[in-house]
Amino acid sequence: MLETMEKTSAMKDYLVEVNRILEKNNYSESRLIPILQEVQEVYKYLSKDMITYVASSLGVPPSRVYGVATFYAHFALKPKGKHVFRLCDGTACHVKKSHGILEALYKRLNLSAEKNTSDDLKFTVETVSCLGACGLAPVVLLNDEVHGQATPEQIIALIDKIEAAEKENK
Amino acid sequence: MTTINLEKVAAAFKSASEKLSRRIIICGGTGCMANGSMLVRDAMAELLKQKNVDVELELKTEENGEHCNFTGTYLSKSGCQGFCQRGPLVHIMPDNILYTKVKVTDVPEIVEETLLGGRVIERLLYETVDGVKCKGDHEIPFYNRQKRVVLHNCMIEPENVNEYIARGGYFGARKAITEMTSEQVIQEVIESGLRGRGGGGFPTGLKWKFTLASKNDKKYVICNGDEGDPGAFMDRSVMEGNPHAVIEGMIIAAKAIQANEGYVYVRAEYPLAVKRMRHAIEKAEEAGLLGENLFGTDFGFRLHVMEGAGAFVCGEETALIASIEGKRGMPMPKPPFPAQCGLWKKPTVINNVETLASVPFIMREGAAVYRSCGTEKSPGTKTFALTGHVANTGLIEVPFGTTLREIVYNIGGGVTDNSGKLTGRDFKAVQIGGPSGGCLTKEMLDLPMDFDTLKTVGAMVGSGGLVVMNDQTCMIKIARFFMQFTQNESCGKCVPCREGTKQMLALLDDIIEGRATAETLELLEATAKAVQLGSLCGLGKTAPNPVLSTLRNFRDEYEAHVFKKTCPTGECKALARPEIVADKCRGCTACARKCPVGAITGEVKKPHHIDPDKCIKCGACKAACRFDAIIGL
Amino acid sequence: MNNTTATMTINGLKVAIGNERNLLELIRKIGIDMPTFCYHSELSIYGACRLCLVEVEKRGIMAACSTKPEAGMVIHTDSKDLRMMRKINVELLLANHSRECPSCMRSANCTLQSLARRLGVTEVRYKQTQKNAPIDKASPSLERDPNKCVLCGDCVRVCTEVQSVGAIDFAFRGANARVAPAFDKNLNEVECVNCGQCAAVCPTGAIVPKQQREQVWSQIHDKSKTVVASIAPAVRVALGEMFGLKGGENVAGKLVTALKLMGFAEVYDTSFTADMTIFEEATELIDRITNKKTMPMFTSCCPAWVKFAETYFPEFIPNISSTRSPQQIYGAVARETLPGKLGVNPENLVVVSIMPCTAKKFEAQLPKFKHDGRQDIDYVLTTVEVSQMISSMGIRLDELPISAFDMPYGFATGGGVIFGTTGGVMEAALRYAVEKIEQKPLASVDFAEVRGGTPRKEAEIEVGGTKLRVAVVHGLGNARKLVDDIKAGKAQYDFIEVMACPGGCVCGGGQPITQNPELARQIRAAGLYNADKTQQLQKPQDNHLVVRCYEEAFGGCPGSHKAHERLHTHYQDRAQLFDAQEIMLGMPGEGKVDVVVTVHTVKQDGENKEAALLSQLVAYAKQQNLRDKVVIAASFNPARTNDGKVCVAVGDNVAEYQIDGDVAASAALKELTGLIDAAVK
Ligand SMILES: Cc1cc2nc3c(=O)[nH]c(=O)nc-3n(C[C@H](O)[C@H](O)[C@H](O)COP(=O)(O)O)c2cc1C
Ligand code: SF4
Ligand code: SF4
Ligand code: SF4
Ligand code: SF4
Ligand code: SF4
Ligand code: SF4
Ligand code: SF4
Ligand code: SF4
Ligand code: FES
Ligand code: FES
Ligand code: FES
Repeated sequence: MLETMEKTSAMKDYLVEVNRILEKNNYSESRLIPILQEVQEVYKYLSKDMITYVASSLGVPPSRVYGVATFYAHFALKPKGKHVFRLCDGTACHVKKSHGILEALYKRLNLSAEKNTSDDLKFTVETVSCLGACGLAPVVLLNDEVHGQATPEQIIALIDKIEAAEKENK
Repeated sequence: MTTINLEKVAAAFKSASEKLSRRIIICGGTGCMANGSMLVRDAMAELLKQKNVDVELELKTEENGEHCNFTGTYLSKSGCQGFCQRGPLVHIMPDNILYTKVKVTDVPEIVEETLLGGRVIERLLYETVDGVKCKGDHEIPFYNRQKRVVLHNCMIEPENVNEYIARGGYFGARKAITEMTSEQVIQEVIESGLRGRGGGGFPTGLKWKFTLASKNDKKYVICNGDEGDPGAFMDRSVMEGNPHAVIEGMIIAAKAIQANEGYVYVRAEYPLAVKRMRHAIEKAEEAGLLGENLFGTDFGFRLHVMEGAGAFVCGEETALIASIEGKRGMPMPKPPFPAQCGLWKKPTVINNVETLASVPFIMREGAAVYRSCGTEKSPGTKTFALTGHVANTGLIEVPFGTTLREIVYNIGGGVTDNSGKLTGRDFKAVQIGGPSGGCLTKEMLDLPMDFDTLKTVGAMVGSGGLVVMNDQTCMIKIARFFMQFTQNESCGKCVPCREGTKQMLALLDDIIEGRATAETLELLEATAKAVQLGSLCGLGKTAPNPVLSTLRNFRDEYEAHVFKKTCPTGECKALARPEIVADKCRGCTACARKCPVGAITGEVKKPHHIDPDKCIKCGACKAACRFDAIIGL
Repeated sequence: MNNTTATMTINGLKVAIGNERNLLELIRKIGIDMPTFCYHSELSIYGACRLCLVEVEKRGIMAACSTKPEAGMVIHTDSKDLRMMRKINVELLLANHSRECPSCMRSANCTLQSLARRLGVTEVRYKQTQKNAPIDKASPSLERDPNKCVLCGDCVRVCTEVQSVGAIDFAFRGANARVAPAFDKNLNEVECVNCGQCAAVCPTGAIVPKQQREQVWSQIHDKSKTVVASIAPAVRVALGEMFGLKGGENVAGKLVTALKLMGFAEVYDTSFTADMTIFEEATELIDRITNKKTMPMFTSCCPAWVKFAETYFPEFIPNISSTRSPQQIYGAVARETLPGKLGVNPENLVVVSIMPCTAKKFEAQLPKFKHDGRQDIDYVLTTVEVSQMISSMGIRLDELPISAFDMPYGFATGGGVIFGTTGGVMEAALRYAVEKIEQKPLASVDFAEVRGGTPRKEAEIEVGGTKLRVAVVHGLGNARKLVDDIKAGKAQYDFIEVMACPGGCVCGGGQPITQNPELARQIRAAGLYNADKTQQLQKPQDNHLVVRCYEEAFGGCPGSHKAHERLHTHYQDRAQLFDAQEIMLGMPGEGKVDVVVTVHTVKQDGENKEAALLSQLVAYAKQQNLRDKVVIAASFNPARTNDGKVCVAVGDNVAEYQIDGDVAASAALKELTGLIDAAVK
């Protein structure tokens, strides 16, 4: 349900956009990954129908596109929250106790590894391995913002801030 | 298009930079930018302008065909300088001052005191472990004990191709294209002894030779910038800080194997690296350094950037190729090797970022100069990402053959405790080569680090991640961490890796959670061996390494878990059996007051006691005890 | 390579290298049955099961399936390490497997099971990790149990590489990796054409033909029912393999005895209705040629091919012969004549078809083959199912005496018998058509050009002064290439036989599993050609009982009105199979006006006008504040259009609108917004 709401408010020329992406990539099967990346960039996630649309436009079986989309960690087949925490659990961050932050986030947002997006589609918590900023371990990305040498308190404070700001806007 | 005159460009840049009254280099790597380095730069530019100092953010080197006459302050950025922990970093030239951890709020003081007043601000300087303040990087052991070849150019402005040229960039490519045959290029690389930095250490020249020998009208060069090893970021910093070196290396490789098209495959977790590589390619094309008819010859080379989509296994060559072809990144059996049948079934050379970035130097300076550092069989330098329980974390470059001790204690500044403080904790091990590598112990601190020596102790150079661990680290948990990683990242194609890593993880959990028996250990070892021997690709073949090497080097720790059901470091909660050492306990009662379940009893000034039936192993008491009297947690 | 001298050493034995493509073939050639899951001589090398590992001196452990033999190579197929690895490998698989052998279709014919036994796996030391994934039982043809899958990928490769369908593929990765149709749908919801080739290559019980044994037993045991069966040609030359007889041996007579022992009232030969198929199909061909109707004509007796064409080449639907398959003609004949002949109440007549095929199970349940509310064919049993039913009674087929088929539908010519192999339908049709056109007896009934395993067989036959260009393909990948060639004008034919399974029905998805499909195809086909020779008659037109059948029940001759009604069919455009709809505006709900624009996904020349129209409609609805009143959606169609029209539904009002050119487009928009306005009021 929310899926549809999100889509209609965020996108104007829905298919025009995906067609532009396909056109730009010459409708080439070998460009499948960049195409999916760009489609996801615009639509935030890869819906079932969007995958089918891309597959049939490229003339490949939907099962193949599904296979590719589910292979790579970056493709989301479900809508993500408005704010995405990406917590590094690479070696450097791990030995600097990144899991403490993860636990704190899960607890604060009532999420888990299985259910990583809140019902109101506000927050998503993901783990990634190494963001290449190991010198700053442990590292947390909030959307595109890097937070280095992070502590659980500091990250929870970010959530509080977002929630406070959103309350104000209402 | 007219052919670029490298000498002219270099001269123009040099003349322009000589006229500068000051150059301030602000680190523009991922780490420092995350900490606001670009805000520092903007604030500084703004303030300097207010103070009527001429400022440029981009240095023009020629104006109307004349060398540029700008004499003000050039605020440039750089790629990652490897010391992100202390970032944002600000270098002030020619004063040669390095300020660390600079915040926007420090800018007025820097402008007033240093830039206008010529005085050094002590509090922004780096302070060594022994409390010595260092004015510039030349005084900092972290830097002055390194030998920076690949990273050398990381102080240049990565978005200015002219500066790269002024430092000798593209001269190597020109030499290879205009003066040498493919065979001569390969011969030079063979003589340099350059070995692949992607993990395997395969001689680069030989790889090129095989690919040249595969006759085909179409061939490809691929730069492997997937760098999936968690805890390593060498390739990122090279792509961010010195993208043209990678491009030049690829041009030379293309000349060597007679390819005319290439791909740079970059992890998508590295948006800045992607951006800088794309920008650099664009600039190189504009300058006629990429495209058709390079340097007036009929040799041409085109380059594309492809972003990964999040799969560690795509660092493996055949999986990487599958990924470029738009497929699931599942490795294929070798043979055939990419040298015979690679991208689109055409002969393909795949090299690591650092390998390729080493090539221009070899072309320009010659094999002999390259060989002058490093060891006989492992010439040159190697970058490492030094992380974990060590005072100075960051990116370092040292000649092959440097000892671990030098790296951990002198460059790294010593072993820290879990909170990052130097409190005299002991060194326990270093994990080298990430999830496919092994651990090095105290006994190996004086081993020269090179490809072959490391192999003899069951470890490998790998990608170059070095994770230092102190004596409070449970090696089994570390082995489990890597196992979890490889299990998550296995592509799932072949049986030993897909099923074996899953079962090894379950066996390690049995050990950590106290369910293990002698059979568990036996089965773990047998499975490790089967996975190692039987897996299809390098991921599976090396996945058991952390387990095998900890089993070899820390067997007693495994046995303590299995037979005594204790974790010597107390990290494994399920095995924790906290006890108070009567000799050490002063009876201060701090622990008893913190215990949430009232498991601790005892009289003031008398040794306390923990009731194991009540204890929930929360660890609060241990944290509270100032006398280290509580063990087994 | 120099074939005469090159040798290598296997386990100390010097072996000459022939033209083997890999070490595995050579090892097997010298009589060592190297265990494998993922090697299949006709599929690409995959290298995943790691069972074929060997030790190559100086090089270490390598996979035999992906390594070429080289002169001087010294290898060992067994060693302490290799043994240990294979055993652990099997144990690991078993730990992630639903070990229900006694109740598994593939028990006793399962590579995993037999390997465990061969390697002496007596316990599984690992934790059981299998997750009880749901079993896909929705398809009428196949059943998929992911809990028994070893991820060897054979099915994926056969479906993609051989059949060019790609209904299933790998999804997810690592421990979660699985083989699945897109979005983990059921097989019957995707492009699967039911050919069953995936089941034929699967080394375990993870994909098996759908079972109807129990249903058939209960009909047999119901005393009020009369159960009749008909046996397809290919069944008789493969069934014996399940009872230790040689492949290719014709066991039709024994099978009739067995079925009688089981309680079937009558047992017929589907070759009879195959003859009848030729009457209709060849008549249709002659009609198309003489009356210059749509050409070329494709055969229609393979339901997997028919579904394939309906899905990927709907524009060729008029080219497919409208004649029903022999199975469905049998169904029609049985329903029309047997109640009278056998004196049974039509309701109590149970019609069973015994087939080498899984697609026939799909075909039998198609609504178009229902007559008076009942399926013409009630149940379809595969060769393997029948063999299991036979065994379940303890009948030893190999020792049975033979019986004759029941008449009149047990009499067939050789033409009907060879239907079971690639080229057979074509040959039978030529026997009929050439004689009919030339109006004189055939000199020879053999058309050797259309026999054999070549992927595409072509021939030009002189008939009545003109040349009849025919082609025979088997394997849907080959069919796709042929149709593409026709579309591109690179090939021209008059008559084309297509069989979905490589080799035709002899290697159908319901046949006994074989380790060497190429050999199985040859010997089973040879069995059918032998049967052709030993049959009394060879030409379908000589089957006087077919002629009588026409007289009794089908209007006297091929092509009659009644024949058209009962022996012919029509086809369905399945290109819309991707029934994906993307909602662009609004939320589905009661009382809302649905606006659906069909958008073609195939690359358009220039801007996609349909998408543009769609976004204009969305913009209009937003501007008019109709969010709560309409739902605007795009429906995707993978076909190509060039006619400049778009199909739009506003509520129940479906129509096409011209949109090429600005004037037309704005007129269409105006009309549509008008319709929307009217509908929301
Ligand atoms: C699982 C796996 C991951 C790998 N990841 C990388 C990587 O991130 N970067 C890299 O350069 N090489 C990686 N490699 C090694 C490459 O396959 C390849 O050997 C290397 O890029 C060759 O370059 P070189 O000869 O310059 O070392 C990986 C190998 C395996 C098996
Ligand atoms: S070893 Fe692991 S990653 Fe490599 S092919 Fe096998 S399953 Fe995939
Ligand atoms: S570990 Fe926790 S529960 Fe146990 S004694 Fe210490 S404080 Fe009490
Ligand atoms: S805190 Fe330490 S010293 Fe104090 S009572 Fe507890 S164990 Fe003894
Ligand atoms: S697939 Fe094989 S091993 Fe698995 S249950 Fe069936 S017969 Fe047994
Ligand atoms: S083989 Fe063993 S496990 Fe299987 S049914 Fe027979 S007795 Fe039971
Ligand atoms: S039955 Fe045929 S089309 Fe369907 S999945 Fe199996 S191989 Fe593919
Ligand atoms: S279903 Fe069968 S053929 Fe397909 S991957 Fe699984 S085991 Fe292999
Ligand atoms: S070729 Fe025969 S067995 Fe195969 S699908 Fe077609 S009719 Fe069935
Ligand atoms: S390990 Fe966390 S950023 Fe590298
Ligand atoms: S990003 Fe500035 S030192 Fe690494
Ligand atoms: S047959 Fe060689 S790996 Fe499976």
